[in-house]
Amino acid sequence: MNTLWRKFLPHFILMIASTVAIYPVAWVLKIALSPVGGMDSDPNPIPSEVTLSHFLSLTSQGEGASFGIQFMNSILVAGATTAISILVSCSAAYGFSRLRFPGREVGLMGLMLTQIFPGVVMMVPLYIILDNLGLLNSHVGLALVYCTTAIPFCTWTLKGYLDTVPRELEEAAVMDGASRWVIFSQIVLPLAKPAIAVTALFSFMTAWNEFVLAATLLNDERLFTLPVALQRYVGEYQTDWGTFAAGAIVTSLPVMALFYALQKNLVGGLTAGAVKG
Amino acid sequence: MLSRIFLLCLVLTTGFSALAESSELTLWHSYRGAEEEALQKSVDVFNASHGEVDITLLSIPYEVMASKLTTAIPRGHGPDLFIFAHERVGDWTESGLLEPIADRTSDDTFFEATVSSLEYDGSLMGLPLAFKSLALFYNKDVISSAPDTTDGIIRLSQLLPKGVYPLLYQADSFYFHAPWFFGAGARLFDGQPSGGLQSPEAIASYELLYRWRSDGILPSEISASLVTNLFNQNQAALVVNGPWFLGEIAEGVPFGVAPLPIVSATGKRATPFLTAEGIFISAFSKRKNDAMQLATFLAGEESAVIRGEVGRQCVANRKAWEISTTLSEDPILGAFRMQVENTVPMNNSPEMRNIWEPTTVALKKILMGGASSGDAAEAASRRYAAITREPPAQTSPTAYFVIVGVLFTALALIAFRWLRNVTRNGEFGELLTGLRWVGPAVLATGVLVFVPFIAALGLSFFSHSNGDYTFVGLGNFRSIVSAEGFGVFQPLSFYFALAVTVLWTLVNIILHVGIGLGLALILNSKGLRLKAMYRVLLILPWAVPNYITALIWKGLFHRQLGAINGFLELLGMESVSWFSSFWTAFVANVSTNAWLGFPFMMVTCLGALQAIPSDLYDAADLDGANGVQKFAHVTWPLLMPALVPAIMLGIVWTFNQFNIVYLVSGGEPDNATDILISEAYRWAFARREQYGYAAAYSALIFILLLGWSIFSTRFAKRFETR
Repeated sequence: MNTLWRKFLPHFILMIASTVAIYPVAWVLKIALSPVGGMDSDPNPIPSEVTLSHFLSLTSQGEGASFGIQFMNSILVAGATTAISILVSCSAAYGFSRLRFPGREVGLMGLMLTQIFPGVVMMVPLYIILDNLGLLNSHVGLALVYCTTAIPFCTWTLKGYLDTVPRELEEAAVMDGASRWVIFSQIVLPLAKPAIAVTALFSFMTAWNEFVLAATLLNDERLFTLPVALQRYVGEYQTDWGTFAAGAIVTSLPVMALFYALQKNLVGGLTAGAVKG
Repeated sequence: MLSRIFLLCLVLTTGFSALAESSELTLWHSYRGAEEEALQKSVDVFNASHGEVDITLLSIPYEVMASKLTTAIPRGHGPDLFIFAHERVGDWTESGLLEPIADRTSDDTFFEATVSSLEYDGSLMGLPLAFKSLALFYNKDVISSAPDTTDGIIRLSQLLPKGVYPLLYQADSFYFHAPWFFGAGARLFDGQPSGGLQSPEAIASYELLYRWRSDGILPSEISASLVTNLFNQNQAALVVNGPWFLGEIAEGVPFGVAPLPIVSATGKRATPFLTAEGIFISAFSKRKNDAMQLATFLAGEESAVIRGEVGRQCVANRKAWEISTTLSEDPILGAFRMQVENTVPMNNSPEMRNIWEPTTVALKKILMGGASSGDAAEAASRRYAAITREPPAQTSPTAYFVIVGVLFTALALIAFRWLRNVTRNGEFGELLTGLRWVGPAVLATGVLVFVPFIAALGLSFFSHSNGDYTFVGLGNFRSIVSAEGFGVFQPLSFYFALAVTVLWTLVNIILHVGIGLGLALILNSKGLRLKAMYRVLLILPWAVPNYITALIWKGLFHRQLGAINGFLELLGMESVSWFSSFWTAFVANVSTNAWLGFPFMMVTCLGALQAIPSDLYDAADLDGANGVQKFAHVTWPLLMPALVPAIMLGIVWTFNQFNIVYLVSGGEPDNATDILISEAYRWAFARREQYGYAAAYSALIFILLLGWSIFSTRFAKRFETR
């Protein structure tokens, strides 16, 4: 009895937790697949009738810009955000972790502070700055704004990880006369791979799901990202729930794929660095 | 090295974005589906005769349209023309965004109410395209014709089978209450106290709702989707709704549309608001003549016929209804056409925005709390007073200039001394090396986060109304800290919101860490099968965009349609009206956020657990430690270094978790579940754009969190890795 209990209790708990985790997501699917897109009081999240019409109406929308183009825009912006923030954060994390220079503490604290700024009232000043930099209505401007949201978290995570990576290898390389750049790119970066995976995912998600900034900064349908296109189904008086849900599912597929691809690194990378050493 | 790449990127992008400027005529709108198609067709017809004008249509999500217009137009990045409801004409005229329509010779082309909605201070600010108002929909399977008086509706309740509601509409919104409000003879503003919300006639209209609610004519919690569902399932005889409802009625449901009934007590016909959709010309457009031509064409009869026939719009152009038989003979559009004679144009001055929140408070009090009409009016007038309280008095900025000057000098002095020390100690080279590595990150966040934030901080010393900023010094802060306009222990006061925020943060973090750690411990046990599958499933809440899952959660908690009440009923329990009391609404918010947040903590814990060397456990086994001892002496101490930073970040994120509170409970009931950040948002956007007040709110949030970070970093140092 006792051993049986021990064997099944974990599965029992995990199954309940998984059900709770899936349930609301299953509802998104149900709304996307049922002909009448909407909620009902039936707790059963399995649709009684299935139609693909909501998915089809996603692709048939828009004159100048198809769903495909907006999908590509999202990939482009999120990809650029990920690339730039990883590049910048790796370098900053290395600097904060390995170098001792005046102002280091202030810099670290400053990055932390950006996380506590309430964003509600910052829109108008941000708009004016981007305008002056000539970066309005461009993917690059949007990606830069996303980067600034992602960089502080990425830098802190990567720095925490690097702090715990032993320095012996680097010291050996210094003996051999390697430059800082070589040490950074040939030794440190490969070691930090798991942590980079986590921060990459984080920056990708930051850019992928954002909608208010994108809708405000972009003025051209051909430049719109997916969440902006999706939000159009939420109207002043009525919401097209079916298409909105279908769009949300299509939107979350790449993220899930990324999750799946990175999940091994993910579990190890987020914090392993902080405990090793 | 890296900083050079970064700079190169910056230079390149500046070049790219220059391409975006062009000389075409742009028109922004929020149409989709048939209406968008009709607009495109109209523009095509216009192009056929004015080929030289290049027109770009851009569809913007409705939710951001207004804020995007107000930000973009003054900076010269707005459209030449845009289509929007008339409600913001006052704001936009006062901030100088609109070009008045000079030629007014053709006023009688349009329904008078649609023209007067677009007037402000005596000038016409846009041309009317279409109008929207409520009318009465009836389900022909339930009743043969719609009653013509409110007494008729009450009589109907005795005739209908059980489970069929006589009347259904979103009674908690003043937009839907307005027909009875005006039908009872009440008026808005006109110099009345509380904007007219507490007049005897207004109370009579609340009384009507009270009666309907207590007689079971209306359900107590009504959402748009409940209205649709019940109507489609023949469980509602009458529905008060607008033309957009046509798209929601399921195929095969026979229905008719009639003008709204007469309010029996006054003999006056129920009078809904009229919203006019206008086409506006930006005052910043460089091609006003072309824009004017396009606007005139789109409002004209040729385009009106297309918009009516293809887009099924209730067009504002009178002639179109005469020319097109499709329009004049349409029984549904025809009913709206009849209703237009009995409408009140919605007030287009900024004051109108002071009405929505107080009336919602009153209506909800009746619907959910069963309050009497007098109490409801009282509550409305209290909220009205809180929102419209006098802005802080103007202050001379001289003293503040001096303080800012002194502060800057002090800062510059400190910076200078610091730099001198650095050079003196021969650390300048190190500073440069350091900057080369961390410079790009510091520069990017500095320009795009710190500068906007400091600008926003500056805003908190001003009071904003209709585009004018008045310097009020610390007035906003004084007003917030002294809870001016409402009691200290009432919702809307800073202290109440702060208490809710602290409770919210605390409960969420405990749940996140508790659930996350618990699952991680189970997932980490040796020899567990299906580990990878559980891991992927449990991470799901993090992967799906939270703006949709939050809305799904809100739906799950719905009184009549929510699956959670469905479960409770299956278990033989009574269903709960989740958003009508503080604690249940709070539970709904917390459940949603706990669901969204536990995967992050789980992944964090899992990572930390896997990094604990297993020989430590072996050693503990040798010492004869039991499970609890092993957890307390091995797992917990080694978990802390990873967990503490995650908890610190988690606290800050939860403290500012705007999305969930805003989307799930929306502050219900009565703004009691609003946290500080969502209150700030409301002051900035929902309550006549009190930007300065909202900025002061944000500044206070910042100061609180700054204090917390300083305290917690000290605390966290204890757990830093050696």
